[in-house]
Amino acid sequence: MQGDTASQAATLGVAGERPSTGPLVEARKLTKVHPARGGAAALVAVDGIDFRLERGEAFGFLGPNGAGKSSTMRMIACVSPPTSGTLRMLGMDAATDGSAIRARIGVVPQDDSLDAALTVRENLLVYGRYFGLSRATVRERSDKLLDFARLEDKADQRVETLSGGMRRRLTIARSLINDPELLLLDEPTTGLDPQARHVLWERLFQLKSQGVTLILTTHYMDEAEQLCDRLVIMDGGRIVAEGSPRSLIDAHVTREVLELRFADADREKATDVVLALAPGPVCQRVDVLPDRLLVYADDGDDALAVVNAAGLEPLTALVRRASLEDVFLTLTGRSLVE
Amino acid sequence: MTELSLAPPLREFAAEWLKYRRTWRGSIVIGLVNPLLFLTGIGIIGKLIDSSATGPLGGVSYLTWLAPGLMAASAMQMGFGSGGFGAFRAAAPGGGYRAASATPMSPTDILLGSLLFVTFRLSLLSAGFLLVQALLGAAPTWWAVLTVPAAALTGLAFAAPMAAWGIATKRFSTMQTVFRFVVQPLYLLSGTFFPLSTVPAWLQKVAYASPLWHGVELCRDINLGRLTFAAGAIHGGFLIAMVIAGVLFARVTYRRKLHE
Repeated sequence: MQGDTASQAATLGVAGERPSTGPLVEARKLTKVHPARGGAAALVAVDGIDFRLERGEAFGFLGPNGAGKSSTMRMIACVSPPTSGTLRMLGMDAATDGSAIRARIGVVPQDDSLDAALTVRENLLVYGRYFGLSRATVRERSDKLLDFARLEDKADQRVETLSGGMRRRLTIARSLINDPELLLLDEPTTGLDPQARHVLWERLFQLKSQGVTLILTTHYMDEAEQLCDRLVIMDGGRIVAEGSPRSLIDAHVTREVLELRFADADREKATDVVLALAPGPVCQRVDVLPDRLLVYADDGDDALAVVNAAGLEPLTALVRRASLEDVFLTLTGRSLVE
Repeated sequence: MTELSLAPPLREFAAEWLKYRRTWRGSIVIGLVNPLLFLTGIGIIGKLIDSSATGPLGGVSYLTWLAPGLMAASAMQMGFGSGGFGAFRAAAPGGGYRAASATPMSPTDILLGSLLFVTFRLSLLSAGFLLVQALLGAAPTWWAVLTVPAAALTGLAFAAPMAAWGIATKRFSTMQTVFRFVVQPLYLLSGTFFPLSTVPAWLQKVAYASPLWHGVELCRDINLGRLTFAAGAIHGGFLIAMVIAGVLFARVTYRRKLHE
């Protein structure tokens, strides 16, 4: 699996190493308002966000459904003009140079938008031709991309026969047909089983190691932690935090989290007792969720000792490392996946 | 996006051709067998009509009179379907427009490429129709060859405005209803089966507003080799105006749907 990485990197020809001038993407006060239509009120999907992204970075937009991630991605993909603010990409203006920008980026949409009636190779051909590539070029790149996506055996099968994971890999292969400088992935592993997710992550890692700049949206914490060098957390169309996964955890939550569950009968009393422990020398903060309590502490075992010393006997007690999920909960008071 | 080059629309054309190749055999059979059965049947009935009176038909056999009108009407049907239903499906999840709009293709490129492909299919359909018609002796002069582009233009006059609507609508069923209750009755109102001179004067005026009537007249006059410059300009002009209006309208709805 790993052995062929270097040779593929050399032959895949993705545009990782290109002379860079200025940021690859820069958004200022970027806003998207979906106008009122057919009884629905106008919706501010993206509310004046700023971000910038350098070449070679893997950048993530994290947030729950409706946070404005997909609307932001559509603007970056140049298929949805900003309502106001500026979006500069590859030295061009997304509002006026959409076609030229789209020629140099790759897009992996949430719904695969593959043609199920055509074969794997035909899908690549049609897509490559949209970029004005010659048939010979598409054929040559298709071989490498199918190899990269582990779909060599499926080249002449119709897409309708592929599994969800294979389709997603094909969509990624397709998005690389124009040798893009920037790859956009909208919820790349949503709907895939764990094994298919890991295969996909491994492929994305390979791209990243070749220097391809990635932008992805996700509502999976582990995905953001695995893939992103830097990310922004969005909520209600705004960016509420920005940084590397590690720095966000360091800045907003403790090192560890103690998860406590209590029997229904003692939950109310136990909650009061635990809440009284924070902020204290060991337990820094407590979040009350419908089914459990989260106790933020730098040492979870110490926190559990304090809880036990208070005379409480939880049904289950789990000590784990703090995650981006906790950051999100701390920042917004809501959990990401509900 | 503003510069208009022919290359990007041809890419959309090529993409649709690739998909069409999967089904073209079936559609060729339908394209030839349908007119064969229909025209043969009508030819038999036509003999009865011919034996009573062909005065209102201008002295030609009913089959010769009818065939080019039917050709125009089939083109209308295909134009309505490929334009309206086609745009609706292509813009829906799993449709081809989703992928295309993420590429350098502009919505207008996609629109023009699709209409180009519809024109190509309309021409194939009409050529097949003409072949059968000629075999049955209902294409009296070489002028009949020109009914192929005339019928294709008739179909396109429906396809362009329908594409504008089809990509924007949320409800497929509304289009089907219009097809059933507006388009199909146009057959009767457009002088396809019987001369308009046989209906009341007010109904004739309604027909003048029917694009199909203009298509039927154009094809019929060409087939009989009796098209005047004035009639050609009126009928052709009406249909071309429909195409232009449809394209202008569709440019807006395509942009709104694909690049909102």
